[in-house]
Amino acid sequence: MIEKILLVGNPNVGKSAIFSRLTGAKVIISNYPGTTVEFTQGKMKLGEETVMIIDVPGTYTLEATCKAEDVACRMVKEGGLAINIIDATNLERNLHLTLQLLEDDIPVIVALNMWDDTKHRGISIDVKKLEEHLGVPVIPTCGLTGEGIKELINRLPEAKVKSLPASSDSQKWEKIGKIVEEVQKLTHRHHTLLEALEDLSIKPLTGLPIALGIIYCAFWVVRFIGEGLIGHIFEPLFTKLWLPLLMKLSVFLGEGNFLHHILIGNLIEGKINFGQSFGLLTTGLFVPLAMVLPYIFSFYLVLGLLEDFGYLPRLAVLVDNFMHHLGLHGYAIIPFILGLGCKVPGVLATRILEERREKFIAATLMAIGVPCMAQIAMIVGLVGQRGGGYVALIFLVLFLLLIIKGLVLNRVLKGVSPEILVEIPPYRIPQITAVMKKLWMRLSGFLKEALPLVLLGVLFVNILYTLKIVDFFAYLFTPILTGLWGLPKEAISALIVGFLRKDVAVGMLGPLNLSTKQLVVGSTILALYFPCIATYIVLIRELGIKDTLKSTGIMITVALMIGTLLNILL
Amino acid sequence: MFIDLTQMQPGETGIVKEIQGGHGLMRRLQSMGIRPSKKISKVSSHFWRGPQTVEVDNIQIAVGFGMARKILVEVER
Repeated sequence: MIEKILLVGNPNVGKSAIFSRLTGAKVIISNYPGTTVEFTQGKMKLGEETVMIIDVPGTYTLEATCKAEDVACRMVKEGGLAINIIDATNLERNLHLTLQLLEDDIPVIVALNMWDDTKHRGISIDVKKLEEHLGVPVIPTCGLTGEGIKELINRLPEAKVKSLPASSDSQKWEKIGKIVEEVQKLTHRHHTLLEALEDLSIKPLTGLPIALGIIYCAFWVVRFIGEGLIGHIFEPLFTKLWLPLLMKLSVFLGEGNFLHHILIGNLIEGKINFGQSFGLLTTGLFVPLAMVLPYIFSFYLVLGLLEDFGYLPRLAVLVDNFMHHLGLHGYAIIPFILGLGCKVPGVLATRILEERREKFIAATLMAIGVPCMAQIAMIVGLVGQRGGGYVALIFLVLFLLLIIKGLVLNRVLKGVSPEILVEIPPYRIPQITAVMKKLWMRLSGFLKEALPLVLLGVLFVNILYTLKIVDFFAYLFTPILTGLWGLPKEAISALIVGFLRKDVAVGMLGPLNLSTKQLVVGSTILALYFPCIATYIVLIRELGIKDTLKSTGIMITVALMIGTLLNILL
Repeated sequence: MFIDLTQMQPGETGIVKEIQGGHGLMRRLQSMGIRPSKKISKVSSHFWRGPQTVEVDNIQIAVGFGMARKILVEVER
């Protein structure tokens, strides 16, 4: 009887795709090594039984070299049935892990994944012979299309414990060499267009212009789709359909009523203002749905396409040199890019970095320098009304700060940044259904996790106001707020909510009638002084209390300094 | 002629002869396919001691400059 199934394999061989096929569960699948940094659990019906399936992070060996691999090794030690997923286009290297698994005391079955890729890569593999050599079942599969998955399930009971005697690395390589020679034939074929593009985007002379072009296009597409959705769909929906309903409700409840205050908020010149009323049903819904969601949609659509195409690792190689000045190596760009969407997966992704120092730098820089999409959307929406130049100014300040902080941390912290060593996956044409599935997962994640927090934030602020607690904090922090940063003391409410959600916090600057300068200072500080609570919890989990406190100290210092500096300079 | 990976020209192909590194580095490189007697070709090298991209078994790997210096390759010129 099978109790637990582990999906084990090298990075980027398609474990998550097979996991999703087996369990029907939705997991993020991308074309770069290190997409899965934490194990994911799912369930599958196997005849009458329900079996637990675990998607283990990719690993090259059963001796860990980074945190993600460490998770993998521990999972394998705990036992279960291992489906060893190997990349059929890269048999030799993948078999090394297979042999290690065969030396363990767990039953193994092999899925020869990416089988469809072998044909156009001119690779032919004799599956029967490979099975004979390994002594366990080998099934050709294709996780993305689902080919071979049925057979894999049917043959699970045939999985065998081999418990081969332990052998050294070189003995294993020798054995693998023999196996590959016998089972695999390579035929020569011409370079495809995609491969030509692969080469162009990794060579510095052509790669850098291509990278700039891609980033530039990505930026404009995100903006174009985001603005388009807001202007043509979400704003009209709110003003034409939702507003009339709310007006009726407002009249029904009567202004000045407590419930009116909570649900509708303040009437601005006798009218509901979605940006400034700050009721649960007005601003509380408008901010996440009509201001933030459209940008989340466009950002994750573009990111999903780039991820699945396989571009990100190439960008990592191109920026490697620069990142070393910040105490990181190029692959750290991937957590940063994910952090632009939401810092929670961003911080989690720092697990692909090998050393503690590197993780600390990456997480700290991200927590205080990389605004998430919710925040970006609000800054664009709010500050953008005063002129695009001011939006650019905020992001320029944040970017320069990121670099300065990196340079300083790299100097101050002991140790050096490790070097990059990463596999660069081939380009693959993204499958529309896969991209859409991933987009939907991320959007529903936002709706399920962020929306309630936004509403909670709005409710929280209204209650604080009613209880006059805000006044107390405002009084307490006036020296900093007004004295150093030149903000009105009412801005304290934005800072309080900023612990919970950044989008609402930026939105709260709206009703304060701030000057443009104050708006720029306020938005910048909101990006710097503290990440949102969800990010902070992940920070504690990933870095530990001590390092998180260090990181927090840096955040507060930077916010105090930069707020004051901007107040003086602008 | 034995040279290290950084000295190879893009487009050149050679055979890995030796990895002059500790056990850890050796394992990591080996498990990615870079080990003695393997055919290796250079794809690109980045400015200012940037990463070196090589191809082994049809797979491209980016190797940091310092690591690349420890990988000795035999090239016919």
